[in-house]
Amino acid sequence: MVNGHWAIEAQGLWKEYGSTRVLQDVSLTVAPGEGLVLLGPNGAGKTTLLKILATLIRPTAGLVRIAGYELRRDADAIRRHVGLLAHGSYLYEDLTAVENLQFFATLHGLAVRKGDLLRALGDVDLGGDADQRVREFSLGMKRRLAFARLGLQRPRVLLLDEPFAGLDQQGIKRVEDSLTAFKEEGAAVLMVTHNLGHGLAMADRVAILAAGRVAVERNRHGLDPEALSALYTTHTGDR
Amino acid sequence: MYLRRAWAVFWKDSLVERRSKEMANGLFFFAFLLLFLFHFALGPDRARIEMAFPGLLWLGFLLTGLLGLGRTFLGERENDCLEGLVLAPGDKSAIYLGKVAGGVVLMLLLQVFLLLLFTVFYNLEMRKVLPGLAFVGALGAIGFAAVGSLFAAITAQVRARELLFPLLLLPVVIPLLLGAVAATGELVQSHSLSAARHWLALLAGADLIYLTTGLLTFEFILEA
Repeated sequence: MVNGHWAIEAQGLWKEYGSTRVLQDVSLTVAPGEGLVLLGPNGAGKTTLLKILATLIRPTAGLVRIAGYELRRDADAIRRHVGLLAHGSYLYEDLTAVENLQFFATLHGLAVRKGDLLRALGDVDLGGDADQRVREFSLGMKRRLAFARLGLQRPRVLLLDEPFAGLDQQGIKRVEDSLTAFKEEGAAVLMVTHNLGHGLAMADRVAILAAGRVAVERNRHGLDPEALSALYTTHTGDR
Repeated sequence: MYLRRAWAVFWKDSLVERRSKEMANGLFFFAFLLLFLFHFALGPDRARIEMAFPGLLWLGFLLTGLLGLGRTFLGERENDCLEGLVLAPGDKSAIYLGKVAGGVVLMLLLQVFLLLLFTVFYNLEMRKVLPGLAFVGALGAIGFAAVGSLFAAITAQVRARELLFPLLLLPVVIPLLLGAVAATGELVQSHSLSAARHWLALLAGADLIYLTTGLLTFEFILEA
């Protein structure tokens, strides 16, 4: 905690769509500089939880505080501190990589120069593709470009939905290095992934979400991939 | 900062359209086809065409504009870019303003093209009324883009948006259409803007109401 606040704090979160309960009494906290990896089968409510924390969806009930700001009152302040890597890349296919970053920076009120944009692209190995249209990018390149946006934004809270999807080994290594650097700078990381191995490598704590509830939460210490896999199977029935 | 964000949205949309040419090619061809349809419907009688000119001109703007403005937010659906806009902090009406600016430019380009077609197809003398027509056209374009961008945002995430967009938009733009057709008619007859001042006031009032409504409500529409 910093100044008495968690970077991410959710208490008693519920989300219902009609009679369907997607989240049921979910509570979790993440401290600045800490990484919480959220695991769970499809339909467990992981993406819904991330979107609530990112201010994209309103919870049916419960309290959310991000960087000390309350979701219902200060959604705009939260958006200044949250970086979201979602399923959708939020990229415009007919703009080049550098134009996409420029648009993002202006819209988010970031004071950046062309050199900053090129540096952010270089950090994700896209320095040579700055003037190439995103339409010509592979899935992995788009994922890295989306990650470059976070590098520009330097958010205090990172919400990542399957950040390793579509990446090759080199790309995964880059993302892992960037996440480590973010955490060292004090950013809180909440990552949703199906990849237990990569998830565990980035985690300080691990939580398993099953049927909209936090089934179990463990400290990373003492957990190896096999133990995590066994824990996952026990709580989700998913192999 | 607010205007920079509005400009960024306008710049982005212009660049995407310039490169993809998804909308422009289709719209200009549609405008061309409309002129043919008008020609078949009214025949070659010049006096009849001159009499119907203000109505035909604005019907042309309206129909091509319906197609163009309806697509204002469709590009934001690819890769969930609409979500990306919601996540941007700050006053969301800047995004709306950027979209309206893009709509105004599109409408103005369509107006120039349609006027050119009318002049060539029907051999109408436009030089004397051109400055006045530009003024009426600009007022019409602003109002139409303001209300069109708002309804495009409302219907962007709806499945039956192609049906819903004109159903919502057409009743609301009646004052605009009425004012624009009447002002153009007065202008063509008297060659003077002052004769059309009441209709111009109606147009300006409609623009103000549409624009203010859009600026005040866009944030709620985007986040709904």
